[in-house]
Amino acid sequence: MTDAAEEYEAVVVGCGPGGAAAAATLARNGVETLVLERGVDAGSKNVSGGLIYAEESAPYTIDGLFPDFREEATERPVTENIIHNIAGDKVKSFDIGDLHHHDTAWADAVLRRKMDSWLAKQVHERTRETGGGLLTEVHVTGLLRERGEIVGVTTEELDPIKADIVVAADGVNSELARDAGLMDWEEPEEWFQGVKAVVDMEPEVINDRFDVAPDDGAAHLFSGDLFDGVRGGGFLYTNESSLSIGTVFHLDSIAEERAEPHELLDSLLTHPLMAQWLSDEYDEREYSAKLVPDSKKAAHPSPHEDRLVLVGDAAGQMQAQGPIIKGMNHAVTAGALAAEAFADARARDDPSQAGDLYEKKLHDEGVMDKLRPTGYKVFGQLGELGPVDDLSNAIAESAVGRFGVRAAAGLLERAYASPRMVSMIPDTKLPYVTLPTVIAEELGEPVTDENTVSPPDLGDRIGDLTYDVGDPHIELVDKSFEASGTAVTACPVSAEDFGGGCYRDEMVQTNGSEEHLVSLDTQPCVECGTCAIVADTEWEHPAGGKGVEFNQG
Amino acid sequence: MHTVVMTKGVPDFREGQVSFDEDGHLERGKTPTVMNPNDKHALRAAFQTKVRNGGHVSLMSMGPPGYEEVLQEGMRDVYADDLYLLSDREMGAADTWATAMTVATGLQNLDEQPDLVFAGFKTADGETGHTGPQTCWCLDWPMITHVLSLDIDEDAGTVRAKRLVDGDISEIETVEAPMPCFIVADPEFEPTYRKASHRLKHKDLREETQQRAEEYEEHLTVWDHEDLNLDPDYIGLDGSPTIVSGVDPIPKAPSEREATMIEADEREALEPVLDELTPYAAGD
Ligand SMILES: Cc1cc2nc3c(=O)[nH]c(=O)nc-3n(C[C@H](O)[C@H](O)[C@H](O)COP(=O)(O)OP(=O)(O)OC[C@H]3O[C@@H](n4cnc5c(N)ncnc54)[C@H](O)[C@@H]3O)c2cc1C
Ligand SMILES: Cc1cc2nc3c(=O)[nH]c(=O)nc-3n(C[C@H](O)[C@H](O)[C@H](O)COP(=O)(O)OP(=O)(O)OC[C@H]3O[C@@H](n4cnc5c(N)ncnc54)[C@H](O)[C@@H]3O)c2cc1C
Ligand code: SF4
Repeated sequence: MTDAAEEYEAVVVGCGPGGAAAAATLARNGVETLVLERGVDAGSKNVSGGLIYAEESAPYTIDGLFPDFREEATERPVTENIIHNIAGDKVKSFDIGDLHHHDTAWADAVLRRKMDSWLAKQVHERTRETGGGLLTEVHVTGLLRERGEIVGVTTEELDPIKADIVVAADGVNSELARDAGLMDWEEPEEWFQGVKAVVDMEPEVINDRFDVAPDDGAAHLFSGDLFDGVRGGGFLYTNESSLSIGTVFHLDSIAEERAEPHELLDSLLTHPLMAQWLSDEYDEREYSAKLVPDSKKAAHPSPHEDRLVLVGDAAGQMQAQGPIIKGMNHAVTAGALAAEAFADARARDDPSQAGDLYEKKLHDEGVMDKLRPTGYKVFGQLGELGPVDDLSNAIAESAVGRFGVRAAAGLLERAYASPRMVSMIPDTKLPYVTLPTVIAEELGEPVTDENTVSPPDLGDRIGDLTYDVGDPHIELVDKSFEASGTAVTACPVSAEDFGGGCYRDEMVQTNGSEEHLVSLDTQPCVECGTCAIVADTEWEHPAGGKGVEFNQG
Repeated sequence: MHTVVMTKGVPDFREGQVSFDEDGHLERGKTPTVMNPNDKHALRAAFQTKVRNGGHVSLMSMGPPGYEEVLQEGMRDVYADDLYLLSDREMGAADTWATAMTVATGLQNLDEQPDLVFAGFKTADGETGHTGPQTCWCLDWPMITHVLSLDIDEDAGTVRAKRLVDGDISEIETVEAPMPCFIVADPEFEPTYRKASHRLKHKDLREETQQRAEEYEEHLTVWDHEDLNLDPDYIGLDGSPTIVSGVDPIPKAPSEREATMIEADEREALEPVLDELTPYAAGD
């Protein structure tokens, strides 16, 4: 089979921010680079919140690699960041500008279709000069091995391709990371699930309702009791002529609570607090969803094997810094560092060192410390039963605790905005639900506005998406409700008692006994990755160019 | 490698483009002329040889001056290095025979002799499918029709093709012929690019040809019958042995059935449909 293989010096799989940064850096070093992207267009498969940060301490930023980036590919710079603690209709808002601005050169809201397709154009031009280039609609299916060693990639659409380095920038649910045995898709605790709606809004209306200048934007974050106890929160970012409104929850919590992700999003959209920004002319451009790795648990400490290096989400390098989500910036840094490592290794005539050099750079440049902070290692992993949670109950239940919240309002606001404090936050209900709720109850004012938004139902949301349906790409291995039933609720395009989604459950009579089974239809799948973790499936991405096509992202 | 693709302009029969008068006659003035859709398959096949084997691709048509835009369309939507239009009044009103004579002479008049000439399966209006094979007959070349896929061995000077036997998808054979060779591409022709390098080249060439199409005039050669040294008696209307004795309109199928409109997006509202259909299911 390898007889037909073509050879390139470098193959980059995926053209999100991680792949784009890697490819641009490889090209700058004169490395012949082939970039393979499965979407019809880069960005057509991608979803983020999305605030892209440029950190002052980062060795590489996206605008450093692509100088016109902010002018051409982003929406609005976000200059204001507020978190709202919610209990019923009571709200207490904290300004977390300090956290937002800490180590931040700039932060812009982005829509991924626009951002990634612009990046892809630059990437193609630069890599083409090296003799490579970017190809879309190519689904990389796995690693090409010779005598057990990784030497390249296999694809659905092309003959195998050999390379001195394979950069897996294929995002969350990386098939290459799984093939290499570097990541598994087992533990819901290691992931968040993000769901998002892009809502149409005239620029002037945005300026007016958010009280921002035409070239400025706002970020609002939401936590408290509006999500039925599911651990996570909501966000709202202003784009040029739309809003990105979404939710990010711990996947294990979504699974345990049997929560319906689209309903959690609706809880946010219909909360009275949103009335000041949304009107009854609510016009949803796009509904989307994607898994997000939690670097505190998932970031691979040594993300390489033979000639393979993992960057970005593929390596679990997605940092939840308290309520602030930083994935794109770290993917950029890691992509560029991996490329730099290969260039260094090649200069020493030993390309096989690239992986070790990359790992070293991740540590030396402080990336690993951000992804897996020491504070979290000490406090965060104590879990629900640890002393941190006892503290939470003490705060919530005792009069003294509540008094403390009232007395320490200013201190709490500062704590919320402290990068060190938020890096230690445990994954329990304390920070996500209990504390915000108590804060709102004790310090908040009721919001009396009437929210008249009626979000589209799930059927309409699916109906508005663009699909080019190919062969089924997910196979349900164990159809029992016990093994795979969680997907019926956790899948963002499925719901109990909804027939138009991917997963359905049904009682089936078999000679006298009744079985609770699950069935799967991948047609409306948005390729979020959830059922790869919470159900017993053989999970792959669809063929190149097939499946869902996001126009906003 | 030099490949030439033959093409004709046809009325755009797509919904929303085509217009018919009350008697059901095509209104040519109101219907835009476009490149014959089957010829795009032929051009894609030729483009594949360009991507895989290099060389250059010419697109040739016999027709009125307005066909320039048909040639431009091919260059823009698929690919062409240069364009040839065989056009003057003497060539007008040609049947398939006179068209073939003229096009074959055009092909022989090229500076670089072609290795492969492609025709489409048939046109959307005339629909005879004769022009390609008759052109081949004038050239006295081997011909492969109903071609689904192609591989060229330049060193051996041969072309190997998969083709439908009798136009039937259930029977496919592989044949080989020496070049120069005449190819009629089947509408089912699928270009395949399994090499990354080919896809990259495809992408480059698509970009180039789109740019070239903006200034297609610079790449267009127009020849009249004198340029081709053709005797007016053997081309156009005078050179056409076909006599159209009359054209009978095909009567519209009589429709006497009545239609009941049911507007429904609710499940219950669809019940009348079921009621209507049940007797048929029962075999009544
Ligand atoms: C709702 C939500 C909100 C978020 N908010 C933010 C935020 O505000 N700020 C932030 O920084 N991050 C945010 N993130 C996280 C962020 O989107 C990711 O961390 C980031 O996109 C990772 O970049 P990447 O380049 O590693 O992967 P991706 O951006 O996922 O890119 C992977 C690319 O690889 C392609 N690909 C995948 N598999 C294959 C294959 N087999 N063959 C070929 N191509 C393939 C994909 O099509 C895609 O283009 C959010 C995520 C979600 C879901
Ligand atoms: C019964 C009949 C009556 C006709 N009456 C008239 C008439 O009144 N006025 C008139 O002008 N013409 C007339 N024609 C000629 C005819 O319309 C065409 O111009 C021509 O002969 C092509 O035939 P076709 O459309 O059947 O193409 P086909 O033979 O179906 O075409 C097969 C392929 O040959 C190639 N090809 C076809 N035509 C051309 C071309 N012009 N240049 C280059 N390549 C070409 C294309 O690759 C095409 O896909 C008549 C033809 C017939 C059979
Ligand atoms: S079927 Fe699986 S991958 Fe597709 S949308 Fe549902 S949970 Fe996500």
